[in-house]
Amino acid sequence: MRTIIFRTVAPYLTALMVLFSIFVLLRGHNEPGGGFIGGLIAASALAIYGIACGVAPVRRAIVFHPMSISAFGLFLSALAGLPSLLLHQSYMTSQWISFPFFDVEVDLSTPMVFDIGVYLVVVGAIASIALALEERESD
Amino acid sequence: MTTAAIDTTILAILAPFAAAAVAPIATKVLKHNAAWLLALVPAFIFFHFAGFVAAVSEGQTFVISREWAPSYGINLSFFVDGLSTLFALLISGIGTFIILYAGGYLKGHPQQGRFFSFLFLFMGAMMGLVTGNNLITLFIFWELTSITSFLLIGFDHLRAASRRAALQALVVTGGGGLALLAGFVLIIGVTKEIEMSVLLQNPDIIKNSGWYLPIFLLVLGGAFTKSAQFPFHFWLPNAMEAPTPVSAFLHSATMVKAGVYLLMRMHPLLGDTALWTTVLPLFGGVTLLVGTLLAVRQTDLKLMLAYTTVASLGLLVMLVGTSVEKALEGAVLYLLAHSLFKGALFMVAGTVDHEAGTRDITRLGGLKGAMPVTFTAACLAAFSMCGFFPFIGFIAKEVLYEGTLEAGSGALLITATAVLGNALMLVIAAAVAIKPFLGAKVETPKHAHEGPVMLFAGPVVLSLTGLVAAVMTHATGTLFIGPMLSSITGQPAETELHLIPAHIAAPLFVSLGTFALGILLYFQLNRLRDLISGILTAIGWGPDKGFDQFVAGLVSLSNGVTRFVQGGKMQTYMTLTFVATAVAVLLPRYVTGGWPEVPAMPDYTFYEWGILFIAAIGLVAVLVAKTRLTAIVSLGIQGFAVALIFMLFGAPDLSFTQFMVETLSVVILALVMTRLNLNPRDHRPFGASVISAIIAAGVGIGMGLTLMAVTQQPFDSRLSDFFAEFSRTVAHGRNIVNVIIVDFRGFDTLGEISVVVLTGLCVLALIRVRTKPEDRLTPRAGTEARNKKLEARR
Amino acid sequence: METGLSVLIGLFFAVSVYLMLSRQLVRILLGIAILGNAVNLLIFTSGRLTREVPPLIPEDSYHLLVETANPLPQALVLTAIVISFSFFAFLLVLAFRAYQELGTDDANEMRVAEPVDEPAPPQGY
Repeated sequence: MRTIIFRTVAPYLTALMVLFSIFVLLRGHNEPGGGFIGGLIAASALAIYGIACGVAPVRRAIVFHPMSISAFGLFLSALAGLPSLLLHQSYMTSQWISFPFFDVEVDLSTPMVFDIGVYLVVVGAIASIALALEERESD
Repeated sequence: MTTAAIDTTILAILAPFAAAAVAPIATKVLKHNAAWLLALVPAFIFFHFAGFVAAVSEGQTFVISREWAPSYGINLSFFVDGLSTLFALLISGIGTFIILYAGGYLKGHPQQGRFFSFLFLFMGAMMGLVTGNNLITLFIFWELTSITSFLLIGFDHLRAASRRAALQALVVTGGGGLALLAGFVLIIGVTKEIEMSVLLQNPDIIKNSGWYLPIFLLVLGGAFTKSAQFPFHFWLPNAMEAPTPVSAFLHSATMVKAGVYLLMRMHPLLGDTALWTTVLPLFGGVTLLVGTLLAVRQTDLKLMLAYTTVASLGLLVMLVGTSVEKALEGAVLYLLAHSLFKGALFMVAGTVDHEAGTRDITRLGGLKGAMPVTFTAACLAAFSMCGFFPFIGFIAKEVLYEGTLEAGSGALLITATAVLGNALMLVIAAAVAIKPFLGAKVETPKHAHEGPVMLFAGPVVLSLTGLVAAVMTHATGTLFIGPMLSSITGQPAETELHLIPAHIAAPLFVSLGTFALGILLYFQLNRLRDLISGILTAIGWGPDKGFDQFVAGLVSLSNGVTRFVQGGKMQTYMTLTFVATAVAVLLPRYVTGGWPEVPAMPDYTFYEWGILFIAAIGLVAVLVAKTRLTAIVSLGIQGFAVALIFMLFGAPDLSFTQFMVETLSVVILALVMTRLNLNPRDHRPFGASVISAIIAAGVGIGMGLTLMAVTQQPFDSRLSDFFAEFSRTVAHGRNIVNVIIVDFRGFDTLGEISVVVLTGLCVLALIRVRTKPEDRLTPRAGTEARNKKLEARR
Repeated sequence: METGLSVLIGLFFAVSVYLMLSRQLVRILLGIAILGNAVNLLIFTSGRLTREVPPLIPEDSYHLLVETANPLPQALVLTAIVISFSFFAFLLVLAFRAYQELGTDDANEMRVAEPVDEPAPPQGY
């Protein structure tokens, strides 16, 4: 598996895939995409990096333990439902803020925060599984 | 009685439950002296019900009702008439002295508070039972007495014999309770009435309904188990495992009379039929004889008394079964007399046990000097039991013989049974009350001396009451016996009691005959005992042993069933699951005839056909794969084909997700599979694979047909239309699928990502936990080896 | 339109059940993977099929202008795919660990929880 070409290409491929996954995540509300798909793409990227260069560099690169990322995502998603409570609406009623940024109208919303949480959950959990299995491969 | 006083009746009936809550705290503070305080509760109840006596003796009845579950017609409804008043007085009156007695008997016991608590729970349940008017309420209190009896018998739960006796009592009386519930439900269904007081106003309603027989049998099931009638008598002697206050209270004076109470209460509704006057005297008579004969065989004071209780209950059932007014009057008198003398005698037996350290009569003797008060009480109670003049037992015996002699065709047989039973009971009474106290002094395990006042107050008062009640014949008759009798017969009854027989007649001679026979038998006691022991050894089987066999059989049966259903083979479980699935999807189609119409050839384009074909190829390839790599690749093929199908039918989101998932699946499968052995050949022999194929085809065809049938129905698109309409206008998103996931159904998604996190954690845990090679389990390790290793691992 | 897919889904179910009736863990796992796809397709198809038009609202409109695919089953299936994948991964690891610990991949041989010679329950009280 660890051919020189694969090992050389893998970091760039991973970087590109992670970038693409964030793009897919953010456009999800209006075009095909979203947290689940984005998360899976990012997880695949990390898995590829792990296969090419070993698990340790991947763990160093993402700093946190993948399950921590996953848990933080779940926390973020649950948190995204709270703002509506302050406005005496029921839990998870979506809230929107819209402001102009240069020429573009930027929308920020609780569903977006929620979707980011979903993304992190999927990245973390799937990457954790894949990395754990790859680690065994190397013993 | 004022209205306000009547309204407090509910409080009086439920007061013991409050006392049960207070008792442990009171005991913690006051130790055994808490009994003095706690005994005020039953005393209060006693005086409250004593207030009813005058009104009730004039023929008044009271119904006190509070709503409980009105939509089911279930109310906390209580009925006070002659029958319930006398029972309530007995329960609270004897209860007062039992609480005191328990204070002395269990002095210093670490769980004394709990014991008081259980006793009060029982007292409350019993009060509710005898005054219960609503059939369902009555049943609830009925079962509560069984449960509290279980707790009390099993009070000394560290001994296996206690646990067995408690369980036995619960199974027998609780099982009978279920029969009773069925009977009550039938009564409610047939008569559309739920209140006893209403039913009693229309006494023929059940007899004329055509449902008499099942109701009769079911009610009898409840009454016979509770009142320990043969062949259900065996639980009562075993219940003597309970501390003596319990035996005196529950298993002689009150709870076991609940069955008799029920028969008396239902007498106007069910009684005086050919069936009633045959079945009841038969079972009652057999119980009387069996009980007395078994009592003679015993040498343990408590067991002797227990078997005579069985016998007395048999006598009561027999008398109630005759449906002759005089015999019923005898039953009422005997019931009163029995509660007084048997309660007293049990307490005496307990005191002897407590002070001398044994209750085996062969090891007791000459205690008269050491325990004069107890001896006096024992004598008074025993005289009443023997039916000596001038005790209440004497009057009871006179009246009941008068009754049995009038009992129609079976009069002679019934009278003879009663005579023999009473003679044997006289023998026991003499043995219990005289043998331990008179004669040569026998060395006992403890140095015997008189018990404290708490222990002898009960026996003295109860046995004296038996004397006073007899001396004040007229008052007893008009205030208690008459009103109770009219409740049983269902019409006003006149009672005339005489302490001194009004005229020399047959009953007196029968009584004298009983004495003669009893005295004769007393001197042959040892020989009689050996004889009965011999017979029982020859028979070698009894319902008590049968109970053990029943329980053992139940355990083996459930073990067998579990072994059969859960054989430990995964393949069996899977097969059963999928057979059930196939049946579940195919059967409704078959039964309702809802087969899909024969479809037209779908108009797919060539590339759509192509993709379906690729998916099919992938599936078949997985099925026949001979190497790991082929299997993984084929699995990937069908997965990607599915992704393409999603793409073709307008689901790009699904398609992307499926692509990613399939890729990752192939990666992790490849990672794991390299270390898992895929056997190149399917292990299944030809026959087994044919069976598997049939099951698989069943599920597949069933699912396919169901889906076809479903999609041929018109589609209800309201929900989808709702999401489409509001996706942009409300949720500001143009990708409807994503809006549903993160906004409309965001809460569901939150649950789903929690599942994903959880599986991630589980996988991590599974991989991280490692066992040392020497600790590894072998798959077919025996139980012992397994337990040893698991133990070592801890 | 749905007929062809119904037949294919029937085939998916049949293959997965046949594989799961095996005793070998690997085959059971393959069966489970296919079962996930079978169920997802079942839900997708029962929401009716529409060719090629995804449920996206055009940028200049607030409502769907043409008939599109049904978004509801898609939303259900999307999360189901991810969950069935994570469960598949879990089962895979479980099977792998069981194989490591017990040294067999035969499900019928794995009798640690329900041993062959389990003694009868006690008869006392």
